[in-house]
Amino acid sequence: MTPSSSIAAPGATPAPEEHHDHHPNYLVDGTTIKSWLLTVDHKRIGLMFLFWVLLFFLVGGIFALLIRVELLTPGPTIMDAMTYNRTFTLHGLVMIFLFMIPAIPAVFGNFMLPLMLGAKDVAFPRLNLLSLYIYLAGAMLALWGMLNGGLDTGWTFYTPYSAHTTTTVAPVLFGAFIIGFSSIVTGINFIVTCHTMRAPGITWFKMPLFVWAIYATSCIQVLATPVIGLLLCLVTVENLFGFGMFDPARGGDPVLFQHLFWFYSHPAVYIMVLPAFGVMSEVVATYSRKNIFGYRAVAYSSLGIAFVGFFAWGHHMFVSGQSTFTGGLFGVLTMLVGVFTAIKVFNWVGTVYKGAVDFRTPFAYFCGFLFFTVFGGMTGIALGTVSLDVPWHDTYFVVAHFHFIMVGATIMAFLAALHYWFPKMFGRTYHEGWGLVSAALIILGFNATFIPQFLLGNNGMPRRYYEYPERFQALNVASTAGASLLAFGFIIIAMYLTYALVYGKASGKNPWRSKGYEWMSESPPPTHNFVGPQPVFPEEPHFYVDPKKAEVPDAV
Amino acid sequence: MQSSSHAAGGAALPVPRLAGHFASLEVQNHAARLGMWLFLATEILLFAGLFICYGVYRFLFPEAWAAASRSLDLTLGTINTVVLITSSLTAALAVHYAKEGKNKMVAVQIALTLVMAVGFLVIKYFEYHHKFEIGTLPGRFYSYEGIQLPGVPLYFTVYFCSTALHGLHVVIGMVVLAFSMVRALKKADFGPNNYTMVELGSMYWHLVDLVWIFLFPMLYLV
Repeated sequence: MTPSSSIAAPGATPAPEEHHDHHPNYLVDGTTIKSWLLTVDHKRIGLMFLFWVLLFFLVGGIFALLIRVELLTPGPTIMDAMTYNRTFTLHGLVMIFLFMIPAIPAVFGNFMLPLMLGAKDVAFPRLNLLSLYIYLAGAMLALWGMLNGGLDTGWTFYTPYSAHTTTTVAPVLFGAFIIGFSSIVTGINFIVTCHTMRAPGITWFKMPLFVWAIYATSCIQVLATPVIGLLLCLVTVENLFGFGMFDPARGGDPVLFQHLFWFYSHPAVYIMVLPAFGVMSEVVATYSRKNIFGYRAVAYSSLGIAFVGFFAWGHHMFVSGQSTFTGGLFGVLTMLVGVFTAIKVFNWVGTVYKGAVDFRTPFAYFCGFLFFTVFGGMTGIALGTVSLDVPWHDTYFVVAHFHFIMVGATIMAFLAALHYWFPKMFGRTYHEGWGLVSAALIILGFNATFIPQFLLGNNGMPRRYYEYPERFQALNVASTAGASLLAFGFIIIAMYLTYALVYGKASGKNPWRSKGYEWMSESPPPTHNFVGPQPVFPEEPHFYVDPKKAEVPDAV
Repeated sequence: MQSSSHAAGGAALPVPRLAGHFASLEVQNHAARLGMWLFLATEILLFAGLFICYGVYRFLFPEAWAAASRSLDLTLGTINTVVLITSSLTAALAVHYAKEGKNKMVAVQIALTLVMAVGFLVIKYFEYHHKFEIGTLPGRFYSYEGIQLPGVPLYFTVYFCSTALHGLHVVIGMVVLAFSMVRALKKADFGPNNYTMVELGSMYWHLVDLVWIFLFPMLYLV
């Protein structure tokens, strides 16, 4: 298993091209609807996830725009207060449970993980398909509940309010509970795949960094999701039957609810953002044309974030009656997350340093990502400081912070991944110019939406309020204007990617000349990923320059 | 992992039951076991949430907890504990016989396990029935005159939530084991190379047993 230089480098797999005709790519290998709906091919399942995830992103985005339009004026604008409460709840639930949690793992994780490990499929292909249908069943139940009555508690459904509200709690929460199963199944599948499906030659420390990130994410999914599953059931029961588990009138403790809720929902932030870090590690090495700087540091820091992320939940409850000591402890633990994230940021910057940067669309998203991660992360450190959090708590500052770090970073990575792997998935290229234009629009629009919200929060505007004083209007209008810019950017992307899907130029096998393992097979790959003999993986992933032969000594 | 290059190249001899994407049968069985262990970890965390509720409320209402615990039927609880632990033994024996290829014994042992599981549920039913009669029920349904302490309805909330969730797991475990039993009877193909199905079902059953081993002292022996 020792790497041998006599074996061809990845990206230049020898021979089996002559069999090409006999091995149709996965997109055309079976064209009936049944062959898609009942497929066990991880690539097709990934694509189906992509379709649904994008659809729910559209739904959540429409709700976001409705919120922003409502907040254009200090008083009522287009909806009444109750509709507003339902709208922001729907926006949160759809975006978190239906878009961001499955977005990168279920789409790109599913598609790339086996390719990156030299495997034919994930360990449990049928469970993989099942996770898609569980996800859809949960989504349909939750959406049905939202349309028939709707939930007005916010996505956090804090008790005791959620136990007493007259809106429909039970179907929505039960839907979210079902979606949790999908998340667990995907997580188990990926962990087992990493343990058992690596091709000969891919040791743990030759796994691409995206795989490491997905592995860390899966660990969180497996360990955290059951707790929220139980909690959702308890709140559903409480709402339906009044068992009083978290009802202070019966001796129950609502703060206990908050502890259990954030024990999942804080790590869930890392379910969303760790895959984003993984995507960026791939993108930055590819477009800097340089070996990733500090491979092990990046890999370990993914695990570090996953681990520390389990011990930081209390920072959501600084004003819920925790002791000062507990608050301080959770504050310190929260900052450890910042340390691990900073390790990653330094390594990415170190990778770009003296690299031959090819400034393509994914790299533009990488730049935006770096900005959102650092800016959002630093405001996170500020919010993790108890004394600063107390005045900022439940203001728009918090809203802007988590949209920057959690949404900004994830959206940047999702779009980077979509562009970077578009040729891999469909074998076609998109229009680079439009890609860069829309990237610029989205990064600008995102800043224009949320920087005003930082200022609003700092001036004391609370989140989730339907009306606000006159003096906040200018910043609210600015935020809404930014949101329109953002929407405009997404529309452009939707248009040119759809166009590329049908009329795009054939991309060839590896248009980015990437050294990632996933590019060793055809683009789009054949059904079982590799034609002919098992590919060999003699080199490290992200291997562009041999350190011993580099022309510039410190350019590695 | 060495043999994987053969299997992946499609040159290896076809191994029955080996899915095409695995390198070898050992790897496939290893993957199945690992997946099951991870799933069991999620189950433990599922119950962990209830255990934390239990811990917090017991800390807040120690007298209520002690008094409410006395009102449970310790004899029935003990019998149930013995029944469930014994059923774990028969489940383990089923795996043992499956490894040796004695399919009839596999079916017998699983049948014994299922009988004990039904026994457990029947006893649980009588316990529940008694509580419905005297009114030691969760939250706002609590109507028992015998104990009037703050926090007692919460005890029964925890009691019913955790035993009901455990009962649901007993039923799921029974279904899983029943599949193995039907297979042992109809196909009778368990043997040294094919016992993962029984093993996984048995692992799940041990978890169900283990959760009860925690629930019993927590609820009955306060």
